Amino acid sequence: MTRRTFLKSAAATAALSATPLSSVFAQSSTIKVGILHSLSGTMAISETALKDTALMTIEEINASGGVLGKMLEPVVVDPASNWPLFAEKARQLISQDKVAAVFGCWTSVSRKSVLPVFKELNSLLFYPVQYEGEELEKNVFYTGAAPNQQAIPATEYLMSKDGGGAKRFFLLGTDYVYPRTTNKILRAFLKSKGVKEADIEEVYTPFGHSDYQTIVGNIKKFAAGGKTCVISTINGDSNVPFYKELGNQGLKAKDVPVVAFSVGEEELRGVDTKPLVGHLAAWNYFMSVKNPQNAAFIKKYQDYAKAKNLPNADKVVTNDPMEATYVGIHMWKQAVEMAKTTDVDKVIAAVAGQKFNAPCGFELMMDKTNHHLHKPVMIGEIRPDGQFNVVWKTKGPVRAQPWSPYIPGNEGKQKI
Amino acid sequence: MDILLQSLARPLILLRLLASLALLALGSPANALPSAVIVPLAGDDPDARSQAVDAITSSGDPNAARILAALVDARLYLQGESAVFVENDKAFRVEDGASAPVPAGEAIIANNRLRGEADAALSSLRLFDPVFEVRMAAAKELASSADEAQRDALARALAGKLDPKVRALVEVALARIELQSPEPAKRTVAAHTLSVSDDPQVKSVLAERMRDEADPDVRQAIGAALAAIDRRVARSEIVARVLTGISLGSVLLLAALGLAITYGVMGVINMAHGELLMVGAYATYLTQDFFRHYLPDMQDWYVIAAIPVAFLAAAAVGLVIERLVVRFLYGRPLETLLATFGVSLVLAQGARSLFGAQNVELSNPSWLSGGFELSAALVLPWNRIGIVAFSIAVLGLVALVLVNTRLGLYVRAVTQNRRMAACMGVPTGRTDALAFALGAGIAGLGGVALSQFTNVGPDMGQAYIVDSFMVVVLGGVGQLAGCVVAAFGLGIVGKFLEGWTGAVIAKILVLVFIIVFIQRRPQGLFALKGRQVEA
Repeated sequence: MTRRTFLKSAAATAALSATPLSSVFAQSSTIKVGILHSLSGTMAISETALKDTALMTIEEINASGGVLGKMLEPVVVDPASNWPLFAEKARQLISQDKVAAVFGCWTSVSRKSVLPVFKELNSLLFYPVQYEGEELEKNVFYTGAAPNQQAIPATEYLMSKDGGGAKRFFLLGTDYVYPRTTNKILRAFLKSKGVKEADIEEVYTPFGHSDYQTIVGNIKKFAAGGKTCVISTINGDSNVPFYKELGNQGLKAKDVPVVAFSVGEEELRGVDTKPLVGHLAAWNYFMSVKNPQNAAFIKKYQDYAKAKNLPNADKVVTNDPMEATYVGIHMWKQAVEMAKTTDVDKVIAAVAGQKFNAPCGFELMMDKTNHHLHKPVMIGEIRPDGQFNVVWKTKGPVRAQPWSPYIPGNEGKQKI
Repeated sequence: MDILLQSLARPLILLRLLASLALLALGSPANALPSAVIVPLAGDDPDARSQAVDAITSSGDPNAARILAALVDARLYLQGESAVFVENDKAFRVEDGASAPVPAGEAIIANNRLRGEADAALSSLRLFDPVFEVRMAAAKELASSADEAQRDALARALAGKLDPKVRALVEVALARIELQSPEPAKRTVAAHTLSVSDDPQVKSVLAERMRDEADPDVRQAIGAALAAIDRRVARSEIVARVLTGISLGSVLLLAALGLAITYGVMGVINMAHGELLMVGAYATYLTQDFFRHYLPDMQDWYVIAAIPVAFLAAAAVGLVIERLVVRFLYGRPLETLLATFGVSLVLAQGARSLFGAQNVELSNPSWLSGGFELSAALVLPWNRIGIVAFSIAVLGLVALVLVNTRLGLYVRAVTQNRRMAACMGVPTGRTDALAFALGAGIAGLGGVALSQFTNVGPDMGQAYIVDSFMVVVLGGVGQLAGCVVAAFGLGIVGKFLEGWTGAVIAKILVLVFIIVFIQRRPQGLFALKGRQVEA
């Protein structure tokens, strides 16, 4: 398998080395920005859409006159779902292509892999996906949710009367850093709410796991002990067989609701959602949210998909990380215009406090100190058409707590 | 009126009274629902919404069931002051059931709590539905969720005529309620009744009661009931492990069967095998698309039509691979490995360019959705049952081809001694090509099966290549029987291990087991005996 992966990435590298070459001849009147998303391998499923969103946003900015009078020039690289390759590609973007900022990464492990590069070369990364927190880097802006903007409110909702009043919790995740850390936080949170150790079950499956018969059976068994909910941090395409199995085994949302933190409109495109109506997802944006910014955002992306003839262009959907990508690029643009330069330190200072009218329907603000967005929290129930009905949301944006108060040792970091 | 409604908790009789008062006040005909009852449903106050459902349930309106069903399926609309519900593209007014123009805007959104309450109310009404399945589903629903509010309805139902199966479930439902009765004698009887159930929900009710129960007789009855349910659950768990193991095994078998021919019989290490599965799966996807566009009425049968399509598509790709690449490399396993590996990259990237990096959506036809309920705790999904049957059919077909046809004879002859077979006039070149195409075609059939419950995307081949080789090597190269035993063995062992250790450790243990096994017995479970000559 390693050889296979290696060869694949080698092939991908060869195919893409043409891109940076062309940029050598580009005029210096452009500002280069890097796009670092896997376009092949296991994460391509989720990350390809983010690359498309980034390109669309850049096109939009260029159409309205660019930044500081210069056009943006995207440099797209493919790290091929290969974590060390992420670091190599990041280094290439920064030192060879001299990009002003990089938009990219999905999995926490890829972000951890590129961090040292961004610190060493003092460059700028915008990370658009919800994650486990416990991190705050000067060179990174996090436009996805921290645990208190997603995981904790979702769990509170499940414990409320409307969410079903759950007493027992089945924490199911893919086996890597994000689900493990999130579940650690959730376990501590549940304990603080008086939930007993015996009422929490933690189960992990490998990446790409596709046989969920036993696990769904175990969920049923666990549910015999009282009102149960499932908190799923399954990532990537394992979600499809998981949800199919749920539907086929007749586990209904009103008996055992499943709330997912990494399942959005894009992931449900491959699933028949009729048996899944009522299962939940927690995000900061849903495509079904009604407001003028979102209508414009969706239309822009749909038009872009048609114009670029993307696969399944007539059925494209938007989701939370796409919105976060869109917001991130715009905030960077505003910050550059405010700082009147692309110099990294000046831009970092200028990003803090930037505001943007986001498709989620709120004016989002980048926190002045902690590099995270203030975001509204929304909980949606799956509809028969694969979209989500928002059944609960916060009144307004919530400030991120990157250092979860439920993890010991973080007590002094709450002001950050 | 609304404020009054909200301020009350849920004593049903009072509500019923109130609802009728509301009707009187609004001057509507008796037993009809004014739209005003629907208004809180569209609002934000969760308790008011829940009370609105109660108000509909207890209104006695002949349309109450239709309105609740519409709420559950998001077919209930509120436009200004008037509420309408939609059935089969026709709209009806809530007040009087008269037809109305089909509404345009958004339907009222129910959440799990409302859906649960509406379902519970509906199920007591549906106990007398003319369709048996509906009655049965309603009874099941009641058995696992009935509460005090439904006591009267259940008692009425039991007094009437019920099918025996439905009656048994309704008795369980009523016993659930009786378990909370203040009289110990009634609780004891209820515990006895509940001991026949195997529903985990019932178990949880009993366990909860056990915690607060003081009366020793009742405690004993509940204890006995719990023990009986536990025994049944433990039994059905073992059955479930074996059955899920068999279904996993049949998936492995389908994935590996094509490889058993190309690698096992012909000795070609075909790294593109996984991508042939992918070709089959994409062929299924294209068939589904074709049916959607041209034969929307027969959409449920696209899977059947996909079987020959996938076989031919994968066989054609296999034939091309054999003629262009593999045939120059017979007897050079390392080169074959590298070359077919390259082919696999080409195929995967080709699929990515043609269909995009995202997985494509394949819907299970309705006859493969849902499951067959062995007991409340054990549901066998139809798609799993279908795959077991399909894998056995394909296996039979392969065995038939290999044993009873001229091609099979040639293949076996070439396998055993290529040069001797050539001397006897067997066209070895064509045999190789056809056998490879056959193996590829069977991989295509595996793709059809996989498409029904796993992801169809450009990378799906990678996920199955390792498993396929595992099965073939474990079973013994060159042996179909070994392949079968290995697939089902791995499936069942894997599932039992998963039950004990979790999926991650189980996967590791299975791989460790295979490494140890292959070291002890490199020829696999079943080895070919006799004078086999390596090609």
